[in-house]
Amino acid sequence: MPDPEKRRTSLGDIVTNNYVWRSIFRHGYADTPRNRVLQVSANVWLHLHPSKMRRHGIRYRHTWCAGGLTFLLYLCTVVTGVVLMFYYRPTGEYAYWDVKYLDFDIPFGMIMRNMHRWAAHGMVIFIWLHMFRVFMTGSYKPPREFNWVVGVNLLTLTLLLSFTGYLLPWDQLAIWAVTVGTNMARATPLLGTEGPFGPQLGMTPRYDARALLTAGTVVGAPTLLRFYVLHCIFIPVIASILMILHFWRIRKDGGISGPL
Amino acid sequence: MAENIQPGTIQDQEEVKVQSGRARAALPAADLPDKVHTWPYLVRAEFISGCILLLVLMVWSITVDAPMEEPANPTKTPNPSKAPWYFLGLQEMLVYFDPWIAGVLLPTLIIVGLMIIPYVDINPKGNGYYTFSERKFAISTFLVGFLGMWVGMITIGVFFRGPGWNLFMPWDYWDPHKVVPLTNIDLPYKIGFRSQMGAMTCGAILVLGWLVGVPGVVWQLKKHTPFMRQLGMMRYGIVATLFMIMAGVLVKMVLRLSLNIKYILVIPNILNI
Ligand code: HEM
Repeated sequence: MPDPEKRRTSLGDIVTNNYVWRSIFRHGYADTPRNRVLQVSANVWLHLHPSKMRRHGIRYRHTWCAGGLTFLLYLCTVVTGVVLMFYYRPTGEYAYWDVKYLDFDIPFGMIMRNMHRWAAHGMVIFIWLHMFRVFMTGSYKPPREFNWVVGVNLLTLTLLLSFTGYLLPWDQLAIWAVTVGTNMARATPLLGTEGPFGPQLGMTPRYDARALLTAGTVVGAPTLLRFYVLHCIFIPVIASILMILHFWRIRKDGGISGPL
Repeated sequence: MAENIQPGTIQDQEEVKVQSGRARAALPAADLPDKVHTWPYLVRAEFISGCILLLVLMVWSITVDAPMEEPANPTKTPNPSKAPWYFLGLQEMLVYFDPWIAGVLLPTLIIVGLMIIPYVDINPKGNGYYTFSERKFAISTFLVGFLGMWVGMITIGVFFRGPGWNLFMPWDYWDPHKVVPLTNIDLPYKIGFRSQMGAMTCGAILVLGWLVGVPGVVWQLKKHTPFMRQLGMMRYGIVATLFMIMAGVLVKMVLRLSLNIKYILVIPNILNI
């Protein structure tokens, strides 16, 4: 047994063994099983986790952390997105110039916009990686069938979030990408002017599935406002609710899947 | 050291794995406790991966600016007009199918098809671990569909499509006046059917044979095997139909790119496949 009296002072001791430190942190952290459990269960951010979990679940090679990182990227888009909302007006006259102003005049405006954009792209990539790994580990099998279904809904919503956001800079790239995308709705069976049986059911360019999306016959200022509301309120609220359900179900389904 | 571990302490429960090689040798992997504390083991893993991701995102955002082109101008259509990259798979399908199939039916089938996977895959093996040999069919189908077709078509759309949605190599000059002779013909015509009725019959036989006939014959041949009994007609029908549609999309793509086949079945004003 080493003599406790003769312990060398480490850097950690120098930092923590003084008056100022103790005035902030009254006592140290004792690494006991009880404290390890409390760290998780008594912490508002961590209590989504179980306090103990099966060993394979913490391995990078099992989950690739892809679900967790998808969530982190979502949080990044929420934070930066709210910042952007302070400067952006979703109207035909202002939208483009507000974004220009963000890029060139507002302190940190450019980096907020860049982070918002790249985190959104990253989220699309990571959600695909996550789905891929969940499939490869067969984690959709009982009892996790329903959580897979929730996941597919999240995937759809994530793509719609990205798509509605794509229009907001109101530049050439935005308007034409969204024109290509929404044109497909014209061909919806029954509900589109150019879809099978659409005209017979009385669909016109002004009143069909595409007009519902674009709020008119072309991608114009009304479309911008519609996409803005969908992008900033409607889809994020639904996606957030589904994410809470997703995380809750992971716990209820017995934690991260693993060999039985 | 294994002999220094006090019963009832943390070491007793999990730190065995970080002990010296001797301790590890004394405790074979199977005897390691199966459960570990989330704090610090999972939280540490999450923290590290989160930090790396945020670092990459920040460096990326400092060095690469989000695109910003000229103001929106409804009178000036760029050529090509591309959807966002993650939708280019759908835009690419417009080359091979009519808009309502490419833009509405197939996306719906992809979403619905993904959602029903857990309810039609009755193989209990491979639940929670990586294996190929125990789920050959499921994994091969997924790899072809996801990596081969979805990711593949996005790659074509991003790197190989230029003005007029013509094929270009990534290093080619995008010539907006490139003329591609339109020699697309329908499959029945190619086989030799010249009358409209004949072509329609031929097309209908091909399409129905593919979507209904092939799965039906397989069912008749295999329905008494234990596996098919367990699967049941309902689940078999759903899996087989979706599978043949997915394979059919692939076949149609190959026919179009290699033989310039436009349609297989044409019923004027009603249906083109
Ligand atoms: C916004 C999107 C999503 C978020 C934030 C998310 C988050 C997570 C997280 C944090 C986990 C824990 C394990 C891990 O990190 O891999 C998880 C597990 C799971 N996810 Fe997702 N996910 C999303 C989308 C999806 C999608 C698209 C699918 C499938 C189509 C899916 C299906 C599942 C399933 C079945 C599990 C349980 C896996 C297991 O127990 O091994 N999720 N998700």
